Amino acid sequence: MTRIDAKFASLKASGKKAFVTYIMAGDPDEATTLAVMQGLPGAGVDIIELGLPFTDPMADGPTIQLAGQRALEGGMTLDKTLALVRAFRTADQTTPIVLMGYYNPIYSRGVDLFLTQAKEAGIDGLIVVDLPPEEDDELCIPAQKAGLNFIRLATPTTDDKRLPKVLQNTSGFVYYVSITGITGAAAARPEDVAPEVARIKRSTDLPIIVGFGINTPDSAQSIAAIADGCVVGSAIVKEIGAGKPVAEVLAFVKSLADGAHRG
Amino acid sequence: MAEDGLNSFMTGPDEQGRFGMFGGRFVSETLMPLILDLEERYNFAKTDPSFWAEMEDLWKHYVGRPSPLYFAPRLTEHLGGAKVYMKRDELNHTGAHKINNVLGQIILARRMGKTRIIAETGAGQHGVATATVCAKFGLKCVVYMGAHDVERQAPNVFRMRLLGAEVIPVTSGRGTLKDAMNDALRDWVTNVRDTFYCIGTVAGPHPYPAMVRDFQSIIGKEVRWQLAEQEGEGRLPDTVVAAIGGGSNAMGLFFPFLDDASVNIIGVEAGGKGVDDRMQHCASLTGGRPGVLHGNRTYLLQDNDGQILEGFSISAGLDYPGIGPEHSWLHDIGRAQYVSITDKEALEAFQLCCRLEGIIPALEPSHALAHVMKIAPTLPKDHIIVMNMCGRGDKDIFTVAKHLGVQVAV
Repeated sequence: MTRIDAKFASLKASGKKAFVTYIMAGDPDEATTLAVMQGLPGAGVDIIELGLPFTDPMADGPTIQLAGQRALEGGMTLDKTLALVRAFRTADQTTPIVLMGYYNPIYSRGVDLFLTQAKEAGIDGLIVVDLPPEEDDELCIPAQKAGLNFIRLATPTTDDKRLPKVLQNTSGFVYYVSITGITGAAAARPEDVAPEVARIKRSTDLPIIVGFGINTPDSAQSIAAIADGCVVGSAIVKEIGAGKPVAEVLAFVKSLADGAHRG
Repeated sequence: MAEDGLNSFMTGPDEQGRFGMFGGRFVSETLMPLILDLEERYNFAKTDPSFWAEMEDLWKHYVGRPSPLYFAPRLTEHLGGAKVYMKRDELNHTGAHKINNVLGQIILARRMGKTRIIAETGAGQHGVATATVCAKFGLKCVVYMGAHDVERQAPNVFRMRLLGAEVIPVTSGRGTLKDAMNDALRDWVTNVRDTFYCIGTVAGPHPYPAMVRDFQSIIGKEVRWQLAEQEGEGRLPDTVVAAIGGGSNAMGLFFPFLDDASVNIIGVEAGGKGVDDRMQHCASLTGGRPGVLHGNRTYLLQDNDGQILEGFSISAGLDYPGIGPEHSWLHDIGRAQYVSITDKEALEAFQLCCRLEGIIPALEPSHALAHVMKIAPTLPKDHIIVMNMCGRGDKDIFTVAKHLGVQVAV
C-alpha cells in the first residue's frame, strides 16, 4: 500500500473528496518550492503533484510552460527535484507526492536508476504525460514493480473500447482530463464531466480525480462533487509566477481546498 | 540481401511503430486514439488503388513529377572523379520535395473527413506546400512557425499568407522548429475532432515516420528507373547522398535502395559551426544520443539531464534537434553512413553549384552537395553518385547575401 492508497482509504472513511495541487519544482527557485510544498498539507491539500521541468512540455499551456522555463533557467535538475522531495519528507511522512512530467528526463537518467532514486527520495507515484498504455513496458510496469503507483490519464477521446486498456496497468487513482486541450486553457464543465466520470466508474474501483480547467473555489467544488476529487495546477502556478509571497499562495490554495472539500 | 539475419531492411516499422528500438508512440492519451485511427486509415489507403491513382494524377499534373534526374557534367569535370547526378526535386511545384508528402496526407485527411489542417514549418517549405494543397482543396490551413524563423524566412511567410493560410509565430520555448511542433501538437490535442496534423518530416509518433517515408519514396523509385534509362538496364547508383534535418528527402531517396547492398547510403547532417562540445550544430546522430521527443524515440541533441538543446544551422530547414527514427536505426545497424557538413562548406557548395550548373540550390541540399564535393574526387570515374537536390535556393538568397557580406535591397 502506497501513501496514495492510504490517503484515499482515509478520505473515504471520512467521506471527503481529495484535493490535489500541482506546482513546478524549482519555480522560481528550490527554496520557494519547498516552502510552498511544506505549507500545502496545512492548507488542505491531500496529494501534491510535483512537476519535473522539461524543455518541451507538449501538453501544457503557457502558464506551466513558463514555470518550467523559469525552473530550468534557475538551474533545476532531476537530482535537485528529488532533493526537494527528500527535504519535504524529513518533516512529512504521510502526504503523497506524485512526480508529474515527461519521459525524456527519466529515460535519460535510466529507468531502473530513476525508480530506485525516486522511491528512496519519497515519491509515491508517477504521471508521465507522453507514455500511453502502448508504451507500458518503458516505465509503467517497472514502476509498479518498484512499488510506485503509475497514474494514467483518461481523456474525452478515450472511448469505451479503449478504456480497459487505459485502466489495465493504472494504480493509485485515475486522472480524468476534463477537456480536450492543454493545461490552463478552457474551463471544465461539470455537465460534460459528470457522465464521463460515471462511465469510467463502471469500469474501475480506483478513485477518479478530475483535472484541467479548474481554477476557482467554485469550480473546485462543483467538479469535486461529481468525482472523487479534483486537481488545480495552472491557477496556483500563476500565483507563484506572479511572485506572490508564499503565505498568499497558500491562502489561495486554502480557498480552493475548502471549495473542493465542500464538493 | 540484407545482413545480420534480417531478410530485408524495408519491412519496418513493426506493429509498435518501432524501427529496432527507435520510433514508437510517445504521445498523450488524448492524441492516442487519433493516431490509432490515422494508422488504420493509412493502412487502408496504402493498399487502395484509387488512393494511389489520385496521388499519381496530382503528382503528374499538379506537382510536375517525375522530376528530372540530371547528369551534372561541369560539376563532375570540376571534381574530377565520380559521375554526379542530381535528382531535381527542387523543380517540383512549390520548389522542394515537401509537396510529395503533403499531397498524400491531405488526400488522406479529405478521406477521413477532416476540414482543418495544421502544420509546423522551419524554413517554410513544408508550410508553403501545406498552404498550397489546402488552397487547392479549399481546406482551412494553420501553420505554426517559430518566431525566429518567421523573421529569417519572410518570403515564405508571405507566400503562405497569399495562399490563404494563417501563420502563427511561435514564441514558446525558444521560438524555433521544435517549439513550432510543440504548439502544433497543443493545437491538435485541443481540436481533436476536425483537425488533421500534417507533419512535414519522417518524425513524430507512428505512423507518421512510415507514412511520410512512403510518400517521399517516389524520389528513390524514380531515380531507379531514370538511372537505368540513362546508364543502362540494371545500373544502380553506387552512392546516394541527401541532406538531413528530420530526414524526409533523405528517407525518400534511400528507402528504395535499402536492400541493394551495392548502394552506399550517406546522410548529411547540418554541422553548423562544427560538431564539437559547443553544440552549435544540428547533427543529432553525430553529436546526440537516444531520447524521446515529439512522439518518438530517436537520436536527440540534449544535455545530461535529458533537456532538449537548440540546434544551430545556417539552414532553417535543418535546424531541428532530432532526426527521423528510421535514420537512427539505419545509423545503429550501419546500413547508412551519416556525416556532417559545416555552414561554411555548405555556402561554398552553394556558390559552386550556381556557377557550374546554373542551379541555385537551397541551403539544405547544399550540405549534401558539399559532401559530394568531398568524396567525388576520391572515387573512380565510373562511380555514380546521385544527390538529392531537394529544394531551390530562391528563399535563401538573403541569408547567403548576408553571409557573403553583400547588401541586397528588398
